[in-house]
Amino acid sequence: MSYVLNTGPDQKAMLDKIGARSLEELFAFIPPELRLKRPVQVPAALCEIELQQHMSELAKVNRSADDAVCFLGGGSYDHFIPAVVDAIAGRSEFYTAYTPYQAEASQGSLQAFFEYQTLICQLTGMDVANASLYDGGSAVAESVLMALSINPKRTKVLVAESVHPEYRQTLTTYQKNLSTQPVTLPTPDGFLDPDALKKAMDDDTLCVIVQHPNFFGCLEDVEQLAKICHERGGLFIVSFDPISLGILKRPGQYGADIAVAEGQSLGNPMVYGGPYLGIMACREEFVRKIPGRLVGQTTDRNGKRCWVLTLQTREQHIRREKATSNICTNQGLFALRAAAYMAALGPQGLKETASLCLRKAHYLAEQLQQIPGVSLRFRRPFFKEFTIQLPGGVPGMLTRILQKGYHAGLHLGRWYPSLGNCLSLAVTEKRTRQEMDGLATALTAEWKGKIIAE
Amino acid sequence: MQNQQATELLFELSHPGRRTHRLPECDVPVADAGSLLPANVLAGEPPPLPELGEIDLIRHFVNLSARNMCIDTNFYPLGSCTMKYNPKRHERLAALPGWANLHPLQSDDSCQGMLHILWEMQNILAEIAGLDAVSLQPAAGAQGELTALLVAAAYFRDRRENRSRVLIPDSAHGTNPASAAIAGFEAVSVKSNGKGLVDLEDLKAKLDNRTAVFMITNPNTLGLFDGQIAEITRLVHQHGGLVYLDGANMNAILGVTRPGDFGADMMHYNVHKTFTGPHGAGGPGSGPIAVRSVLAPFLPAPIVVKEGSQFRLDYERPKSIGRVRSFNGNIGILLRGYCYIRTLGPDGLREVTENAVLNANYLLACIKHAYEVRHGDRCMHEFVASAQQLKRMRKISAMDIAKRLLDFGFHAPTVYFPLVVPEAIMVEPTETESKETLDAFAAALLQIQKEDAEFLHDAPHTMPISRPDEVKAAKEPILRWKP
Repeated sequence: MSYVLNTGPDQKAMLDKIGARSLEELFAFIPPELRLKRPVQVPAALCEIELQQHMSELAKVNRSADDAVCFLGGGSYDHFIPAVVDAIAGRSEFYTAYTPYQAEASQGSLQAFFEYQTLICQLTGMDVANASLYDGGSAVAESVLMALSINPKRTKVLVAESVHPEYRQTLTTYQKNLSTQPVTLPTPDGFLDPDALKKAMDDDTLCVIVQHPNFFGCLEDVEQLAKICHERGGLFIVSFDPISLGILKRPGQYGADIAVAEGQSLGNPMVYGGPYLGIMACREEFVRKIPGRLVGQTTDRNGKRCWVLTLQTREQHIRREKATSNICTNQGLFALRAAAYMAALGPQGLKETASLCLRKAHYLAEQLQQIPGVSLRFRRPFFKEFTIQLPGGVPGMLTRILQKGYHAGLHLGRWYPSLGNCLSLAVTEKRTRQEMDGLATALTAEWKGKIIAE
Repeated sequence: MQNQQATELLFELSHPGRRTHRLPECDVPVADAGSLLPANVLAGEPPPLPELGEIDLIRHFVNLSARNMCIDTNFYPLGSCTMKYNPKRHERLAALPGWANLHPLQSDDSCQGMLHILWEMQNILAEIAGLDAVSLQPAAGAQGELTALLVAAAYFRDRRENRSRVLIPDSAHGTNPASAAIAGFEAVSVKSNGKGLVDLEDLKAKLDNRTAVFMITNPNTLGLFDGQIAEITRLVHQHGGLVYLDGANMNAILGVTRPGDFGADMMHYNVHKTFTGPHGAGGPGSGPIAVRSVLAPFLPAPIVVKEGSQFRLDYERPKSIGRVRSFNGNIGILLRGYCYIRTLGPDGLREVTENAVLNANYLLACIKHAYEVRHGDRCMHEFVASAQQLKRMRKISAMDIAKRLLDFGFHAPTVYFPLVVPEAIMVEPTETESKETLDAFAAALLQIQKEDAEFLHDAPHTMPISRPDEVKAAKEPILRWKP
């Protein structure tokens, strides 16, 4: 079925008004030889009951974070989502509205996005935030396009190898046909060595991109790296973890010029990778270079405070090929979710969430290091994610551990050949001591027989 | 029923000591941050977020939501945006824990149900496009455009052809030239002719061996199907270029004609428009692309493949352009699109298009005696009227009409786009509206053009605000609340 309301008599009356004899006649623009002569081959229609059965059956085939305890991270995390977030985003006045071009009919969304922008500024300590980009990966790519428009004469883009591999891949794709020249800085010890950065910097360096905490979970020496970057006139770009800012210094405090993030952890479900939320914030002086929608405060003809989309001359629908980005549709609903989430947590809630992640991650790391042959791969401070070295191969082990009820972690050898036997684990505030002890027991059993046999 | 609280900002409602979300006691014997991390990485104080109790938070956002028009409350004939009804069953089904709580990097064998649907979606979108291979990765239409142009660039690089230009009709969406620029191409504008279609002479003059891609929206942004399309694609192909279809207007041709059949080599879908993902006040969208087989090796990785009865993500694609985002695509929207297509089936898809076109033509027939519609008597799924005459004779602008429609309970059409029509009013009713709604909307349009110009300049008269000062907003930007 379709959701069409026109009945046969309606159609007849409408065709009469149009002066057409048939529906077919309305397609006269399309030359007959270009028309499809058969029905399009998609599966037969399902009514709601059948669709529900079909979707439920397929959903059950999956082992979600509800069916197995999730220690997977790498940019998507099993954080808790308070019910208020779903209740707010579930208002169809928000989710069935369009981009707020007509300010008078969109004050609800516009004000919510203005609040989101403010909350992101509060979270990051930066001056300006846009109303969202697609995701963490494309936000990194957009930050380089932005850097290029700030400083078009420089070409070198230095990226730490400890930045999320998929973010780096996205960046490489975006840069393929541009004038920039990407350079990956190795991070053999799990972090970007400031001395290595110093050597790599020159007067052609456009920007430096680091992730903090990085893909291995380790903290970077962001203050020092920012200083080194600025000494040679580069722009310092950091990809941060929003939850970590409950306890860690904010990008605005350590000198970031552009701060980007994956905003999934702010009240958004994992849903196999998207939709997520690309966060971007920058310093005041770059406000006219930032991509994406911006909501600004103004007054209406009666002097009432209100909100509108603003600085649109940066955008594609006005500037076309000279726009700061091609982005149009962004992630409005997920910016709203993030705003509701941050407001629901408040400063104390965010701090406690971050603190629980930190402490539980350290507990699990301690427990796992008790297993013979298991050690922390990097001797660096970490937040909610960490990397361990295992005594044997990872992939088969992950399958067996999943059968015991745990999504144990990410096999880093997939992206880093030198980390073949390494696993990264993420611990959110949802994980309990019992779950972590259970994982430790399962992993202990996994290696026990083998190590004795060896 | 005025509610003042709705206009106060979260930050003005903040009351130190209040909070909504509470956390459990820490259940592990580990000391706090100060002993786990070096002092120089810690912030001291947490970010200065607002502090609100639960009912304050809910009331705030629920009251804000009442200051929006949306599909569920109002007819929303926003041209080019395909604001059709968003079925409620999609929301429930996409939220099932078996979808919502899947981690993007979990193993393929632990998410076979998900991969099954994505694989089916790839096939369905290829069939509707009349093309061979699909990438579900792009997050929105504009990213789909960029992805396809990067695919084209990689294809030509692979063939050692140096092609630097992308030709784009002047009626195109702004995303087309913006995407071309980011993909590293020079955007070259092609004129429209007197009928609102591609000016073939201008196209011929601009086509040469520098042409990589010709991007076309068909039906175009004037709501007209360009019947010259076979000739256009022949010309582009003759010069060695590729034809890209901007799929924003797919609602007008589902099951009637297919881009691949009329010569397009690649296209994007706006799943959130054509297959009704809710627009979320500006996203998320989903912009999968479909391409011909010669271009398939260059698609972003991974792609879902089926081997025997098993599905897996295939990353081993040596010619791939790489990724355009992290993870696997805007899955939540793809799930909704899948539910929609499965609900419609082959006949339902065609019914969508027939009624979208019928509704637009009916509305056009109801108002064309009063509003100038430059390009013909008939349209596809939308049409573009012009207020130029009204402006000249009575000083009534497209903006005045748009704003006044809000007083009648109708969201405004798209105005001042496409750029090729002065004082443009772009109307797309979609198939999910009834004749009664269209009649009421037409009556409002007919009444408005007779109203007093001064009265219209001050419209809307019944909305929470009226005519915000946009110049001031841009001149002295206030982009965040400050204490």
